[in-house]
Amino acid sequence: MTDHVLQAPIVLPRRLRQGGFAVGAAIVGVVIVAALIGPALIPHDPFVQDLLKRLVPPIWMEGGSAEHVLGTDQVGRDYLARLVYGARISLLIGLSTVIVSGLIGTTLGVAGGFFGGRVDDIVTFVITCRLAVPLILMALAVVSLVGSSLLVVVMTLGLLLWERFAVVARATTAQVRNLDYVAAARAAGCSRGYILLREVLPNILNPLIVVATLEMALAILLEAALSFLGLGVPPPLPSWGLMIAEARDYMFFQAWVIVIPGLALLVFVLGINLLGDGLRDLLAPEGRA
Amino acid sequence: MTRTQAVAPILEARELARSFHVGQGMFAAPKTITAVDGVSLSLRPGEVLGIVGESGCGKTTLARMLLGLIPPSAGEARIDGRPIHTLGGRERARLIQPVFQDPYSSLNPRRRIRDIVALPLVAQRGFRAREIDRKVAAMLERVGLAPELGERLPAQLSGGQRQRVAIARALVAEPKVVICDEPTSALDVSVQAQILNLLDDLRRDLGLSYVLISHNLAVVEHLASRVAVMYLGRIVEEAPVEALFAAPRHPYTRALLASVLTPEPGLGIPDVGLGTTLPDPTNVPAGCRFHPRCPQVMETCRSVPPPRLVAAQDSVECHLFA
Amino acid sequence: MTPVLTVESLRVEIPVKSGLPRAVRGVDLAIGAGETHGLVGESGSGKSLTALGIMGLLPPRARRSAARLRLGEVDLLALGERAMEDVRGDRIAMIFQEPMTSLNPAFTVGAQLSETLRRHRKVTRGEAIARAAGMLARVGISSPRTRLAQYPHQLSGGLRQRVMIAMALLCEPKLLIADEPTTALDVTVQAQILRLLAELQRAMGLAILLITHDLSVVARVAQRVSVMYAGEIVETGEVADVFARPMHPYTRGLMSAVPVPGKVRRGAPLGTIAGVVPSLIGDIDGCAFRARCPSAHDACLRPPPVRGAGATRSYRCHLLPEVAEARP
Repeated sequence: MTDHVLQAPIVLPRRLRQGGFAVGAAIVGVVIVAALIGPALIPHDPFVQDLLKRLVPPIWMEGGSAEHVLGTDQVGRDYLARLVYGARISLLIGLSTVIVSGLIGTTLGVAGGFFGGRVDDIVTFVITCRLAVPLILMALAVVSLVGSSLLVVVMTLGLLLWERFAVVARATTAQVRNLDYVAAARAAGCSRGYILLREVLPNILNPLIVVATLEMALAILLEAALSFLGLGVPPPLPSWGLMIAEARDYMFFQAWVIVIPGLALLVFVLGINLLGDGLRDLLAPEGRA
Repeated sequence: MTRTQAVAPILEARELARSFHVGQGMFAAPKTITAVDGVSLSLRPGEVLGIVGESGCGKTTLARMLLGLIPPSAGEARIDGRPIHTLGGRERARLIQPVFQDPYSSLNPRRRIRDIVALPLVAQRGFRAREIDRKVAAMLERVGLAPELGERLPAQLSGGQRQRVAIARALVAEPKVVICDEPTSALDVSVQAQILNLLDDLRRDLGLSYVLISHNLAVVEHLASRVAVMYLGRIVEEAPVEALFAAPRHPYTRALLASVLTPEPGLGIPDVGLGTTLPDPTNVPAGCRFHPRCPQVMETCRSVPPPRLVAAQDSVECHLFA
Repeated sequence: MTPVLTVESLRVEIPVKSGLPRAVRGVDLAIGAGETHGLVGESGSGKSLTALGIMGLLPPRARRSAARLRLGEVDLLALGERAMEDVRGDRIAMIFQEPMTSLNPAFTVGAQLSETLRRHRKVTRGEAIARAAGMLARVGISSPRTRLAQYPHQLSGGLRQRVMIAMALLCEPKLLIADEPTTALDVTVQAQILRLLAELQRAMGLAILLITHDLSVVARVAQRVSVMYAGEIVETGEVADVFARPMHPYTRGLMSAVPVPGKVRRGAPLGTIAGVVPSLIGDIDGCAFRARCPSAHDACLRPPPVRGAGATRSYRCHLLPEVAEARP
């Protein structure tokens, strides 16, 4: 009950949260830039093998040189080039998977939340079925049947990772649908399509954006896992997961071969999660006026 | 419905009823909520019909049925003589519009004020952009809002301002009837007065008819010309406002009026003797639905539904008057 | 006799993005045993924060200061958080507006009541349950043993409010702070709850601070009233006196804006108070009400003094008593 606009007080760790968002945004930003222009800047080709220069250590270790800043892998390919190219792959897979799964999940969720009744029963059933399917096994099965390629990986993950979108979209749509401004739009004579598009959808976007960042991180990790198992992106494409897999044999004496892509994966996924958390706090309503 | 209807009513309801089935999970049978159980009313042009009742009486469900937002389980509502269910959304929108209670949830937080107010015109699809802008600006001014507020988002407006926006939106397409569902309950006292004055002025200037739903009897007494009292889905008494407040007949109406506190010190708190059982729409009592709480309950009340006594200007549903 | 509650110059500040609103700017209160003191104000007046400030329940970033804050002889300002926890629920209790959200939905009524009791008294579980049942009966709940086993969502709003009152009064506190206790209830239930509070007050010699925006409730229930505006108390006095001759222009404005059932003049517009509550961020020059006051004049640019208008009456305004009374 107010007739003035008073902002809600802020709770304690705001500085920490803002810091997290900044760090996450910085990491993701760096990876995006690296993915986009990195390959053009680095003089080496990630696919060219040079068996004379196998397992050259990175620049900060003994035996390293400026020619290969991050060293070379077991068949002489420049590691920095592979890493940066791998960033492209990860980013591509993350984004495309999120787009596919986002579209599927949001459509299902909004339909269930908005129409309720029978439609909602069907949507809930479909979501439950999807939740019953074990993710990795399904992905493995599909890839073994159809063969692995970038497209297959994206489509498989996209068709398997939509449930969080659906659940969040369904819950928020159901909430929004009961609000008075939707009733007012109906009373004003707006069609259901208009209401869905202009009254409901813009108001459920915030949580969906956060889900999108989290799903992106998950997609990248899953792709790495699939590649590690040999069922992801086909070699010689330098997926970080594949790089980790291929570096297994050198784990103890040429540790950098496995540590570098592992670290890159960790930092990137951490960055996405921090970005997602920060976005959630940023976009969350500041309490009622 | 009362007998003397010299002028054709602009809004009519005949034995409107609506029940909801609420699931109880997998193992129990669903409960039936009888929200509205046979309500008939009529609103004459220029009139303000106040509907009072407490929680569970069904007044909100009734409002939604009159607006055409929920289909009735039984009965019919007519506006301007035509059954509401035969009207398309746009046609109905030209005749009847709502003003809701909560100024925070009745405006889309992501739309600018001028788009919110323009919505009914946009939905009509017959208006040019310039005409819409003109009408919106005129309406904003009419409800007492500065034109530059049109560019703002709802979060930047106060509760009273938002309610003015809601009123502007309701009136921009020039409807004949406005259903006000607790239009001032969520506002501060000093702002309530402003909004009530505004509603009254607009009614006179634009020739509107209102259905005013409120639990605040003083508000109803101030604005309404006729009052209907609802209890557990039915209208138990209906009368012109002065008559109802001066000489209430139904025991529930009397208890309701007696419970209302006035800012007059020294009068203490009334004891209306209703007991502590509360009305439950999932478990409507047999006979007269008010009998478990009625201070004047008789034997017949427990098993026989009370007859409706309809007179020239009023009606009451109670065995005491049969 | 020492008043149960003594508050002097209570101030509360809460940091928000754009600044530091001084939400409560120097509130004085004194409530005796068996007395109900009404604190009236609209939203943004600071009344709820005053209550939270007294209880020490302000949000973490908020700052509270007071010249004096005593419960009987105990200095509440000197108590640390642990000591305050002992006081809360035991000697000061609070009930809130929303019965839906004030009870924990995950626990039964009995569990919540006995938890409160056992926190402050050395009783066995069996004794706690017995006393809880007794308290429920005392607040007018039939079949108390059955109710103890129920969860909050199984009870209606009025019943939940009674449970809240039972919980608050279990330990027989000296002071009860009631923040809009009946606002969310139906009119018929409101009357019952207010009667209940009055009865219990008589029986226990309870002091009640009743916070509300509803002038009618205050008129019928309280003995003394303070009107709050923009973080300050602008008028104080005995209820009968304040309602008969309100001095402060804000109080007069409020009273003319409330339609009184039975005395409604149909067709005549209600009195209104133009404008909006000023921002509480930064210093307020002079009188906080002057932008909306029909009697504002040059003197109002300076902070208004607190004037007396009788033995127990005071108001914060530049207008002299005779002038204030005479205004329309």
